[in-house]
Amino acid sequence: MRETWILAKRELHSYFDSPTAYVVMSVFLLFTGWFFASTLFLENTASLRSLFNLVPFIFLFFVPAVTMSSFAEERRAGTLELLLTFPVRDWQVIAGKLIAVMTLLTASISLTLVYAVTISMLGDLDAGATFGGYFGLILLSMATGAIGLFASSLTRNQIVSFILAFGIIFVLYMLDKVGPFVPGWMAGFLEYLGTDFHYRNLLRGVIDTRDVLYYVTLTIFAFVLTSYSLSRRRD
Amino acid sequence: MIEVIGLTKRYGEERAVNDISFSVKKGEVLGFLGPNGAGKTTTMKVITCFLPPSEGTVLVDGLDVRTNSLSVRSKIGYLPENTPLYQEMTTLDYLRFVASMRGIDSKVQQVRIAEMADVCGLESVLGKRIEALSKGFRQRVGLAQAMIHKPPIVILDEPTTGLDPNQIVEIRELIKNIGVDRTVILSTHILSEVEVSCDRVLIINRGELVADGTPRDLQAGFAGDQTVRFGVKSDADPVKTILSGWNGVQITDIQDLSDGETMFTLTSSRTDDLRPELFRLAADEGWILSELSRVAVNLEDVFRDLTRDQGL
Repeated sequence: MRETWILAKRELHSYFDSPTAYVVMSVFLLFTGWFFASTLFLENTASLRSLFNLVPFIFLFFVPAVTMSSFAEERRAGTLELLLTFPVRDWQVIAGKLIAVMTLLTASISLTLVYAVTISMLGDLDAGATFGGYFGLILLSMATGAIGLFASSLTRNQIVSFILAFGIIFVLYMLDKVGPFVPGWMAGFLEYLGTDFHYRNLLRGVIDTRDVLYYVTLTIFAFVLTSYSLSRRRD
Repeated sequence: MIEVIGLTKRYGEERAVNDISFSVKKGEVLGFLGPNGAGKTTTMKVITCFLPPSEGTVLVDGLDVRTNSLSVRSKIGYLPENTPLYQEMTTLDYLRFVASMRGIDSKVQQVRIAEMADVCGLESVLGKRIEALSKGFRQRVGLAQAMIHKPPIVILDEPTTGLDPNQIVEIRELIKNIGVDRTVILSTHILSEVEVSCDRVLIINRGELVADGTPRDLQAGFAGDQTVRFGVKSDADPVKTILSGWNGVQITDIQDLSDGETMFTLTSSRTDDLRPELFRLAADEGWILSELSRVAVNLEDVFRDLTRDQGL
């Protein structure tokens, strides 16, 4: 476990010692701020609903942008070889990177707490739904982060990594929205596989184990695939 | 210390390394020689547990790379080809990171880093970002990270490639110092490097081991025919006539040098030295001798001889 922390720390340092983290966080704030503020007074309700609806959409681009370099760049630069010949297991390397990615995403999300505080002063904010929303976002950043890492482990090209991650996350995001176009029995099934369906469940302020389990399973699945991809040691 | 047993590594259908066996004794500096793409790097990657062997295995200090990978890795310091480093980190941060990954206690780290900085001459660049360093310094950082945990084995993949002549000399000096109390395997395609820094040489070609021995042994073993350079400052034609029938000697080359000197290159399959007789012959015939020397076979010739069937 110690190695995992050291790796996560190094990753975070490289995010925060370079412009990466600051660019990611400011653009995230800019996006959410713009779309959130522009609808807030139109709707005239003290709710973070529009923010929570928006973030998964922003994640479609953001998570791949954060994870695209994780393995791809290390593979390109050759540092992956050095990393994987240290006395650490592959899973510790992946876990370290996932923790770093989640930390950066969570830090970005937590910046929107400013909105939550503002709204709560303006009106009666639904504490349950707000908590559910933030909890859902953290689970979503974990699962999509793991998927992004998997995409990054497949290639040495960051752009390919970005597009792959975007594609996978996009499909998972859209799965519950194709209901009208497929047979009924399939719609329910697809809906259950979609990331947004479970997120919207959490948004209601009800923490259901099934939804939590879904994100955990998805994370583990992506983690195992990444581990397999690394173990094949392609150059 | 290291035993490679029947190692084969396949990439798909292609065999990068084909049934190689050798062992490295403790404290030996082993040079791994071969043309590009011969399988040097692949063999090193298997020893360092980066790639699993397809067949056969490698024992490091009696531990199998397949079953005891983590213990094997902790005994090895590795510098891959092209010195991959995290460019955005400072030298100090990088060495600290590697030290922690190698499980060095944070109290000891400071001392170790200072030691490495001293040995590798890194004091002046500890605070600099690695991307701002010259290639020579990067190579030193790479060597420092490979030795920071005092591994009994150090594996260096082409440590001097891309350096300027001064840097090459410095890095070789450093490697020599490393090799004093450690087992070192280094790969290279620069022949003079092995002659300078290695106790033993393995030549590998197309995934197969073609030679194994000390640089001296290899030179002696492959000496074959003796070659003598014989220069005279007299009319070349009579010399040629006499030499061509003399003692089973063959003239392989005749060069007209400036100021009337002619250089004959002679070969003979005889094992005893031809020079005394040639000297007497020249004296008897009244030729003015300007050069009489035996051409030593160098590693370069051995190498070319062994790997000739492949375009280099």
